[in-house]
Amino acid sequence: MMCRTGENPGPRESGEGESTDVAFTALLEDSAEELYESAPCGYLSTLMDGTIAKINATLLGWLGLDAEAVVGRRRFTDLLTVGGKLYHETHFAPLLRMQGEISGIALEMKIAGGGRLPVLVSSTVKHSGDGEPLLIRTTVFDASDRRAYEQELLRRKKDAEEARRQAEEARRQAEADRTRLQEALAVLQQSLLPASLPAVPGLETAVYYHTASPDQLGGDFYDLFALGGRSWAFFLGDVCGKGPQAAAVTSLTRHTLRTAALHDPDPVAALTTLNTVLNERYTRGDPRYCTAIFGVLEPGQDTGTVTVRLASGGHPPALVARADGSAGFLPTPGGFLVGALAQARFSSTSTTLCSGDTLLLYTDGLTEARTGPDRTSLYGDQALHAFVTARAGLPAQEMVRDLAALLDGLGDGVDDDTALLALGVPGSPFPHRPATGR
Amino acid sequence: MDVRRRNNVVVTGRPDGPVVVLAHGFGCDQNMWRLTVPALADRYRVVLFDYVGSGRSDLSAWSEERYAALDGYAQDVVDVLEELDLRQAAFVGHSVSAMIGVLAARAAPERIGSLVMVAPSPCYIDDDAYRGGFSAEDIDELLASLESNYLGWSATMAPVIMGNPERPELGEELTNSFCATDPEVARVFARATFLTDCRDDLGTVAVPTLILECADDVIAPREVGAYVHARIPDSTLVTLPATGHCPHLSAPQPTNTAILQFLETRR
Repeated sequence: MMCRTGENPGPRESGEGESTDVAFTALLEDSAEELYESAPCGYLSTLMDGTIAKINATLLGWLGLDAEAVVGRRRFTDLLTVGGKLYHETHFAPLLRMQGEISGIALEMKIAGGGRLPVLVSSTVKHSGDGEPLLIRTTVFDASDRRAYEQELLRRKKDAEEARRQAEEARRQAEADRTRLQEALAVLQQSLLPASLPAVPGLETAVYYHTASPDQLGGDFYDLFALGGRSWAFFLGDVCGKGPQAAAVTSLTRHTLRTAALHDPDPVAALTTLNTVLNERYTRGDPRYCTAIFGVLEPGQDTGTVTVRLASGGHPPALVARADGSAGFLPTPGGFLVGALAQARFSSTSTTLCSGDTLLLYTDGLTEARTGPDRTSLYGDQALHAFVTARAGLPAQEMVRDLAALLDGLGDGVDDDTALLALGVPGSPFPHRPATGR
Repeated sequence: MDVRRRNNVVVTGRPDGPVVVLAHGFGCDQNMWRLTVPALADRYRVVLFDYVGSGRSDLSAWSEERYAALDGYAQDVVDVLEELDLRQAAFVGHSVSAMIGVLAARAAPERIGSLVMVAPSPCYIDDDAYRGGFSAEDIDELLASLESNYLGWSATMAPVIMGNPERPELGEELTNSFCATDPEVARVFARATFLTDCRDDLGTVAVPTLILECADDVIAPREVGAYVHARIPDSTLVTLPATGHCPHLSAPQPTNTAILQFLETRR
């Protein structure tokens, strides 16, 4: 429809004129008295001491009271519940005195014959010409629905606080459970490693195990044990994966290698036996394998030397630090992962450790530790080689101590467990010391 | 600890006059004395303060542990008296502050020389023959009323009201701010006020005491005024022609006259 600007019809011009007139007249006949008595809210006026001077029919009806019983006989506070009275005396009345008005106060009024009416009350003080307070005018609104709604809000607020309290409690409980689990895992982890290494005549030994996460069982392992006679065997490796399944493989691997070595101490034979056991045990659907270096130590032909024969299955090469300040990897290329295939090939090598030489075995937690400001580089073989070269000639204990400090320094860049095993022939009283120092 | 700031201490009146301390009761703050101060200011040094948690006190100094018992409020009084190094002060306490004054006078006897108890009650709950006027359930109703009336209080406005004692106009502009109290603080103060039985403390009052009761007071009925009078040795009872619990607001003239007459006899 088009809007006829400036030509809007007045009420009398429209066809509804007559009925509007009727409504308008009815409104005029709604006298002030009628409006007061039947207003949709309660009205009352009191003297300054609270004595009720006037009260409308609406409020009397709500409270079930007669005007005669109230006017001049009761005070406003008499209409309130006891709690409302206390609140009135401690808050409402003083504020009304100080401000001359107060609005929207929630109170409860007593209904004759029992029951309560939640109301919202507003009051103003009427003053005389010279400023003396004369009377108090009060309006009362039925707030039953509003109060129910507020109580609902309050109930929800309390529910929410309770829920938050419970969530906090659950969080504390979860934290306690996590601590208990970590303690259990630490004990289990310890059980997968030898409590201490045996003392081997003419050899210094040192080990270190770095746990990347207290929530996870790592899969790194090592051991050193006597083969009888003057021979000793050692191994160090890394089971694929983490957690309880990896721990089970670790346990099986350790016991298999120990048993196999007692049967046939040849390093390749020991790894082959382990390969067969793992491959048969974990064939269907859940392949499990590991990388490992297994070695045998025997006294060398010259007094004070030790011959090392070792074999590797997919494991990072061992490092040998020499007394003269050099260091080099012992390559064992082409060895298969242990347990991955039914038929596996392992490569072997050997070396002789002289006075001041140290053989270092490690897992890739160290070489694959993430470094750099954004943790995108890997620590790598070269850095390790340089680190060990700088410490060539140091006793096994000191070598491992420095490597442990290195791991600590890499912080959360080390996201996998790391095992270190160092076997060294004690040096002369005047060993070579690296010129670069530490 | 800055007690003056913490308790919003205001000192006014005649600097070399005898000291009168005016202490507000449960509900509002020191503004309750606005009609009393002018009557005293010519001749007396008038000290006003807000209890911690009320008015423009430092809300951060409030703890439920301290203010769950009236002793915590009495300590506020002693702290203020010590901070200003007041001795032999006249302590005028309204409602629960009348009893807080009794506790403070016992804790620091050299600092309070006389007491004016305005509409006091040592115990609001009925107990055998004693008529305090209320039952424990009535007090629960009051706590419910407190919960449903935040009276201008809101957590967001609180820093404005509470944190600017040096800019009082910020608070003045806010309706109901004289009685605006953190609902949690109000609940704790209400419980301390209405659930404490101090009847045994009345006998410890060792200073001249004026008891002002109202002719018609819902909170402190006249039987209670008589009870207090009977138990404080050197006490005078004056019944004011006033209705309600706040004669200093509803009937300031007779209230001020009674206080002044008592103070004059002490000069």
